[in-house]
Amino acid sequence: MKKITQLFGFALLLTATLVVLSILGLILFDIVLKGAPVFNWKFLTHFPQKGMTEGGIFPAIFGTTLVTLISTVFAMPLGIGCAVYLNEYAPDNKFTRLIRASVRNLAGVPSIVYGLFGLSIFIQGMGIPPSLLTAGCTLGLLTLPFIIATTEEALRNVPRLTREGALALGATRWECVYSVVLPSAVPGILTGLILALSRAAGETAPILFTGVALYTRYLPASPLDEFMALPYHLYILSTQHHAIEQVRPLAYATAMTLLLVVFLLNFTAFRIRATYKR
Amino acid sequence: MEKIKMDIQALDLFFGKKQVLKNIHLGIGAGKITALIGPSGCGKSTLLRSLNRMHDLHPDARLTGKIMLDDHNILHGNTNVVHLRRRVGMVFQKPNPFPMTVADNVAYGMKINGLHDKPEVRRRIEQCLRSSFLWEEVSGELDKSALDLSGGQQQRLCIARAIAVEPEIILYDEPCSALDPISTSKIEELILSLREKFTQVIVTHNMQQAQRVADYTAFMYLGEVIEFGETQQIFQSPRHELTKNYVAGHFG
Ligand SMILES: Nc1ncnc2c1ncn2[C@@H]1O[C@H](COP(=O)(O)OP(=O)(O)OP(=O)(O)O)[C@@H](O)[C@H]1O
Ligand SMILES: [Mg+2]
Repeated sequence: MKKITQLFGFALLLTATLVVLSILGLILFDIVLKGAPVFNWKFLTHFPQKGMTEGGIFPAIFGTTLVTLISTVFAMPLGIGCAVYLNEYAPDNKFTRLIRASVRNLAGVPSIVYGLFGLSIFIQGMGIPPSLLTAGCTLGLLTLPFIIATTEEALRNVPRLTREGALALGATRWECVYSVVLPSAVPGILTGLILALSRAAGETAPILFTGVALYTRYLPASPLDEFMALPYHLYILSTQHHAIEQVRPLAYATAMTLLLVVFLLNFTAFRIRATYKR
Repeated sequence: MEKIKMDIQALDLFFGKKQVLKNIHLGIGAGKITALIGPSGCGKSTLLRSLNRMHDLHPDARLTGKIMLDDHNILHGNTNVVHLRRRVGMVFQKPNPFPMTVADNVAYGMKINGLHDKPEVRRRIEQCLRSSFLWEEVSGELDKSALDLSGGQQQRLCIARAIAVEPEIILYDEPCSALDPISTSKIEELILSLREKFTQVIVTHNMQQAQRVADYTAFMYLGEVIEFGETQQIFQSPRHELTKNYVAGHFG
């Protein structure tokens, strides 16, 4: 009897897994099937032409890369600094717990809210024009709670004995954190950072009001220029374009590119984790 | 008795409400090796970690009494703990090399002490590795990760790392408990070779080890030092009933 229940349970779990996998596979298959015909080197390296009905998506790739980089430059020091403070310095009291809970909650805030927040702070508040900079900072805010959480986890995983080893040699707390704890935590921090990047690269809502453009004739020349981005371009091609049916293959190829970027980032994170796991 | 390097007077230690050390009096002889023995949980590690104020990391640890290092009470609030730990080094139960190269491990203490002169650092790395009987084995692998050394080599590296900051006292908490017999005897030989140069305190569960290396032995039980004396006396003619039973192996 027990055996039968177990078998039944196993079959159920297996079915669930297979269903999920086949849905995923179906989506991927569909995208690749419809996108592949126009997905080529020219598509990746050229500007859109004739009202986006032809040509490539180079400016969108360029813009997404830059805006993601800016978001990292903005969020990395803040996030790591905050995590180091919380994990290494903050006393274990109500206030610290409140900060931690807030950070966790921030991770659950819908991304459109970040977009509006970025709009009101960076653009209306500070008067910076909608641009790579403002969009990058907004995306940075979005990934911040995620970076803080993964960095804290990586720091927590550094053995107590390693810290004590440094302190017992007469290291100050900062010397211990800086020269022993942080280097030990680098693989974990890096993994979290890249996963955060891949999330930022795929977001549309936060950049919607903060700098992304429907179409730009030139590549952004400074951080204060507007830019094109992959997820937004995809959104335009698939819902807002005047000749939707005609641009369908382009939309699919754009989706393919975006997936590829996200996949590459995740794969890198995976490799880093695998390399450093002992 | 000869010169006392560290004098523990009426030391009590509480973790929260729980008293773990009770009225400890102990004089640690300068240049000598002192062993702390006793059954598991009697407070050996706790006492050892008081001597370089490792308990500062523990918010609910409370110490009263005095620990005189030369003429200064290290439990006094104005003690510079960082400076204290440079004078009182520590080797842990499990080898804990830093995830860096062998050379950087030894150099770590010198660097945080402000020594950056490269040739001088190199020279002292070699000297410390020689003193810890490791030079022959690792001289060709100074730039390899310390984590790739064997457990015994890692532990000797930790000792090299400790003596590199030229402390006056070295504390060992069961330094051989994770090692095989051959590595163990190498460490014992090493500790004996550092006698006179450093004042050493070693916690051990191994009574043969205490007899092989220690000049003095303290037997602890339930947070108290029951008996303290020359190692030979403690093992050959213990005065206290508890000591007698423990060294005879009746409990542990
Ligand atoms: N951080 C702590 N908080 C509360 N109690 C503690 C703490 N550390 C140790 N103790 C208690 O103090 C007592 C002594 O512990 P200690 O580690 O000093 O024993 P020990 O003699 O070193 O034992 P062993 O031989 O097993 O290493 C134990 O009862 C232990 O439960
Ligand atoms: Mg112990």
